[in-house]
Amino acid sequence: MRIPPRLTQAGAFVILGSATLLTLAVLAFIIGFVLQKGLPVLSLRFLFTNPQDMGRAGGILPMVVGTVLLPVLAVTLATPLGVGTAVFLTEYTRESRVTRLIRFGTDCLAGIPSIIFGLFGFIFFVTTLRMGWSILSGGLTLAFMILPTIIRTSEEAVKAVPKSFREVSFSLGATRWQTVRKVVLPNALPGIVTGVMLGVARSIEETAVVIFTAGSALRMPTSLLDSTRTMAVHFYILAREGISTENAYGTAATLVILILAVNLLAYWLMHRVMAKRS
Amino acid sequence: MKLIGEKGVRGILLGIAFSALSALLLIALFIMSEGLPFMFRYGLKGFLFSSEWQPEIGKFGIFPMIVSSLWVTLGAMAIGGPLGVAGAVFLTEFVPRSVMRVVKPITELLAGIPSVVYGFIGVIVLAPLIRGHLGGPGLSVLAGSVVLGIMILPTVISISIDSILAVPQSYREGSLALGATTWQTVHMVTVKAARSGIIASIILAMGRALGETMAVIMVAGNSVKIPHSPLDSVRTLTANIALEMGYATGLHRQALFATGVVLFVMIMVLNIVAGLAIRKRVGKK
Repeated sequence: MRIPPRLTQAGAFVILGSATLLTLAVLAFIIGFVLQKGLPVLSLRFLFTNPQDMGRAGGILPMVVGTVLLPVLAVTLATPLGVGTAVFLTEYTRESRVTRLIRFGTDCLAGIPSIIFGLFGFIFFVTTLRMGWSILSGGLTLAFMILPTIIRTSEEAVKAVPKSFREVSFSLGATRWQTVRKVVLPNALPGIVTGVMLGVARSIEETAVVIFTAGSALRMPTSLLDSTRTMAVHFYILAREGISTENAYGTAATLVILILAVNLLAYWLMHRVMAKRS
Repeated sequence: MKLIGEKGVRGILLGIAFSALSALLLIALFIMSEGLPFMFRYGLKGFLFSSEWQPEIGKFGIFPMIVSSLWVTLGAMAIGGPLGVAGAVFLTEFVPRSVMRVVKPITELLAGIPSVVYGFIGVIVLAPLIRGHLGGPGLSVLAGSVVLGIMILPTVISISIDSILAVPQSYREGSLALGATTWQTVHMVTVKAARSGIIASIILAMGRALGETMAVIMVAGNSVKIPHSPLDSVRTLTANIALEMGYATGLHRQALFATGVVLFVMIMVLNIVAGLAIRKRVGKK
C-alpha cells in the first residue's frame, strides 16, 4: 500500500514536531520542578549565612564564595590562552599542518569527560605539585577543561571582524600586533566575553572535577590553598547522603537560576553582535 | 610592545596556541603513567575480561563495568539520537528560521543544567516510575539511559542543525521543483546529504554519554554485575572511578586510574571517528 505524500507530510510534521516539543517540555519540567521545590527555601538569608550541622540548617555562604572563586580563577587562567590561540590561528598563520594539529588537540580536549580531568587534576596538581585539595588545584583543572570552549568562541569572534577593518589599520602603517590590539580584539570583545561566560557556566555546573581537586570543605576559604565546596558539590552531598532535602532544593534552585542567568547573558551578547553585523 | 617586537609576539602566540594540545598530552601522560603499569602487571586479560571486582582482596576485573557502560550508552543513543535528529530536522526544515533561532538556544540550555540536578530528578521522579510500572529496583540501566538520553540532546540537536544547514539550498529547490513534499525532500535529499554530520553528532554524543559521571552514579544503581535486563542496577566505568577514588590507596587507586585509561582510550577513538566524519563533510563541499 502506498501512503499519499500529503499524508506522510502531515504525519512527519506531527511526529517531528512532537519530538521537538518533548525536548522543550523536558527542559521546562526540570527547571519548573527545581524552582517549585527550591524557591520557597531561597532567601537572602539562605544565601548569606553559614551552614550549620553539615548543611542540615543555615545557609550556603561558603558555597556561594566557592562557586564564585573557582570559575573566576578558571576563566582568568584560560582566557589569555584561549584568546591567544584564537588570534594566532586567525591572524598570524594560514591553514597548515600546524593549525590542523592545534585544532585536533582542541577538539580532543573538548571531548574528554570531566572525570578524566578530575583524575588528572588530582594526580598532577593535588598530588605531584603538592597543591593539595584547594581552590588553586580546582581552578587550574577547570581552566584546562574550559580552554577548548574559549578557543572556539574566540576564534569565531575574531574571524567575524570584517577584513576591511584590518586593511584600514594596515594602510595607516600599523603593525600586525597593533592591528590585533587596537582593532581586532576590541571589535571581537563581545564574542570573546560570550565564550568566557560559557566557560563560567561549565565551571559552575561541574561536580566531579571539583570534588577531586578542590575537595568539599564546608568552611569559608581564607586562601587559594584552602579546600572549598561549590554549590553543585554541596547539592550532590546533601541529596546523596540525605542530609537535608529542603536545603538541597534551595541550593539547586540557586544553581539553576545562576546558570540560566549566565547563559542568557552569553546569548544576549552573541545576539547583539550578530544583529550589529547584519 | 616595542620591547618584544613583532617577531616576539608571534613566537609567544605560537607557544600559547599549543596550550590545548600540551594540556591534552599532559593529561594523557599522567593518566597513562599512573594506570598503564598496573594494567600490565595485573595482566591485560584479567583486568579487561574478568568479572571479579573485589579491591579488598586484590581482584580487579572491570568487565561488568565495560559492559554496563556500553549498555547505558547505547540506551542513551536509542533515546537521545532519534529525538535529537527529529528535533533538528523539524527546526531546520519545517518551521521558519526565526523560530529556529529562538528554539535552538533554548534546547542548548539543557546542556547548562548541572548533571547532579539531572541525577537527582532521575532519582526522585524517574526511578519510582520505573519501579512502580516495570518492576526492578528503579535505579537501573533504563533510568541511566533515559537521563543520559536527555543530557545528550543538545549535542545531537546543535551539530545536526549545523550540518543540515550546510546542505546547499539548491538541493532542496531541485527536489521541491520536482513536486516532492517537504518530508520527501527531507528524507530523500537533505538528510542524505547531511548524513556524515548527523552521524558525527551522534558519535560525539556517545562520547558524552560514556563519559558522564555524576548523573549516572545517582540513577544507575551502582551494582557491580553484568546486566541481564534493562531493569538491572549497574555500575559504569565512570561511576566506578568516582565512587571509590575517595578512599582508594595503593593498588586499588592504580586500578581506578587504569579504569580511567580504558575510558580515555574509548573516548579518544570516538572523538577521532567523529572528527573524520565531520572532515569528510567539509571535504565534499
